[in-house]
Amino acid sequence: MATKETTAATGKQALLEIRGLDIVFELGRDSAGPNGGSRVSAHPLRGIDLTMASGEVHSLVGESGSGKTVTATSVIGLLPMPPARILGGEILFEGRNLVGLPESERRKIRGREIAMVFQEPAKYLNPALRVGEQIIEMLILHMDLTRKQAEARALEILELVELQGGRRILRSYPHELSGGMKQRVMIAMAISCDPDLLIADEPTTALDVTLQLQILRLILELKARLDMGILFISHDLGVVHDISERVSVIYAGKIVESARKERLFANPLHPYTLLLLASIPEASRRGKPLRAIPGSVPDAEHIPPGCAFHPRCPLAEDICRTQVPPSLEYREGTQALPPAEARTVTLDESHTAACHMIGKKWLSL
Amino acid sequence: MEILSFALRRIGRLIVTVFLISTIIFFVIRIIPGDPALVIAGMDASAEDIAAIRAKIGTDRPIMVQYFDWLWRVLRFDFGTSLTSGQPVTQLILERFPLTLSLALLGIVIGIVIAVPLGILSAVRRWSGWDYFGMAFSQIGMAIPSFWLGILLLLLLAVRVRLFPLFGVGSFRHLVLPSVALGLARAAILLRLTRASMIEELSKEYVITARSKGLTERMVKYKHALRNGLLPVVTIAGIQLGYMLGGAIIIEQVFSLPGLGRLFLFGVYQRDFPLIQGGVIFVALVFSLINFLVDILYSVLNPRIRIR
Repeated sequence: MATKETTAATGKQALLEIRGLDIVFELGRDSAGPNGGSRVSAHPLRGIDLTMASGEVHSLVGESGSGKTVTATSVIGLLPMPPARILGGEILFEGRNLVGLPESERRKIRGREIAMVFQEPAKYLNPALRVGEQIIEMLILHMDLTRKQAEARALEILELVELQGGRRILRSYPHELSGGMKQRVMIAMAISCDPDLLIADEPTTALDVTLQLQILRLILELKARLDMGILFISHDLGVVHDISERVSVIYAGKIVESARKERLFANPLHPYTLLLLASIPEASRRGKPLRAIPGSVPDAEHIPPGCAFHPRCPLAEDICRTQVPPSLEYREGTQALPPAEARTVTLDESHTAACHMIGKKWLSL
Repeated sequence: MEILSFALRRIGRLIVTVFLISTIIFFVIRIIPGDPALVIAGMDASAEDIAAIRAKIGTDRPIMVQYFDWLWRVLRFDFGTSLTSGQPVTQLILERFPLTLSLALLGIVIGIVIAVPLGILSAVRRWSGWDYFGMAFSQIGMAIPSFWLGILLLLLLAVRVRLFPLFGVGSFRHLVLPSVALGLARAAILLRLTRASMIEELSKEYVITARSKGLTERMVKYKHALRNGLLPVVTIAGIQLGYMLGGAIIIEQVFSLPGLGRLFLFGVYQRDFPLIQGGVIFVALVFSLINFLVDILYSVLNPRIRIR
């Protein structure tokens, strides 16, 4: 069994293991085609592989349109199907494949075992329901509590997310709270049933800088206290560097590189990762123009053949334009491990990258 | 406390509104052609007779004198007597109001009972048979003139099958057909509104949150989305109710019902100045009262609206 293999190799059960997740969006027919139109479809995820240990903060990094949110949405099971269709792959959560699980089963996992925090709390909270009700309804549903017990629990949770005001907060409506408070309420909702996995989809992007820091610190504290794994979705490498244990870089629906944070930041193997890192604003480069990667992420309807990054890659050669680079395991240098050896690498040690040019050519910035 | 000061301010606004409306109507009915004295006196009255009538009803005085005299009476809740029947205007209106009120209330209830569930169903099961049925119903309901619908109902359910009385008042059964005719027209609009509003709410981000919390689809739709989706419906239904309380002229005509609509129409035909003026003030008052109630209901449903 594939699952057992991983478990043996890592020494502990993987919390979340996504394998070859392949998702298309069927967008209907193009009316302008010669034979009455061809099918228009987008390919947002083209075989995602991602493994998360329990209690780990795992960042999924990429530019807008790279497939971060589609990945998150498919893990929590909220992809609208149709238009989305899962062509293949597995989402193993605590060893259990979520793909193909009936909706009634998935619903019991949502909010209870996998919870999600969204980007803009102002939009993602129901304006017409009291904050307390929005927390309590989950507790009643998932934890089988009475209303009274749920209320008491909700008060404890508010303390956990450092919201002062107890009952007054429970009685207020979202619009009566500030942006930071709203995000704390979102987080309170998400952690209320003590989930094992928290998906945070750019939870600080809509907040101002001082609040960002507070919220990130809160998320880390809660993670330590509640022992949850956090799948942190972000395009902000600065934030990612501050909070992650492991980082996976996603580009055009594929993970191009994944490693422990220290390793990824110190020794990036994929040219895209390197270019991303070089584009972080640094105090030492003050006054000089920011580095940017020319071009943009291909849209999911028109993925280039071969390595999807080749049109923007300074290293690209002919092979990159025709052959999809496999994801290989690397140890110290730039020499990929042979498959037999690669299988024995522990999750902690694992550093994978998918590029034809690793060890052959390198970028000097 | 909040509600009290809100009410006081609304009453202040109401007084201004009623004053402006009644002033405008006072002058407008005197500018448009038609002299009540001529109507009262009949076709072949002598000039002296007409002058005597004018003196009696006071239309021989300068218009500003008439205006201030009338204003002074209104301030003491004296709306005068009808020129045609000689009865006090207040009495005429209050006699007819119960019928109009029951008709309007029944009408709006029928409208809501049909429109809201069907609208929700249409939104939740978009492009299903229910949705097409709802849309067709709404389209036809809006296109059919209510007098035609009224006549059709009479023909089918009062003449062909004698389920309901043909005309007159006196029992609940007399009210059924006219209320249905009124209600169906309201339902057509409310249905579209409910559907559109629910579709919009179901596409909002908080619905994604609700689903991410593992709530059942029933909770997501009927607790989270519906609460927001019904807000515009409440507003429009309130306006419709207020509108119907002014009398439903066409439906009253078709079903021969002595409601406010026909009373006011008659007043206009007869150039019965006090009746028209009193009627306008009454309608403005009722409309404002309904608006006030709707605003309070709205603020209960929508916490973002603080009544001020």
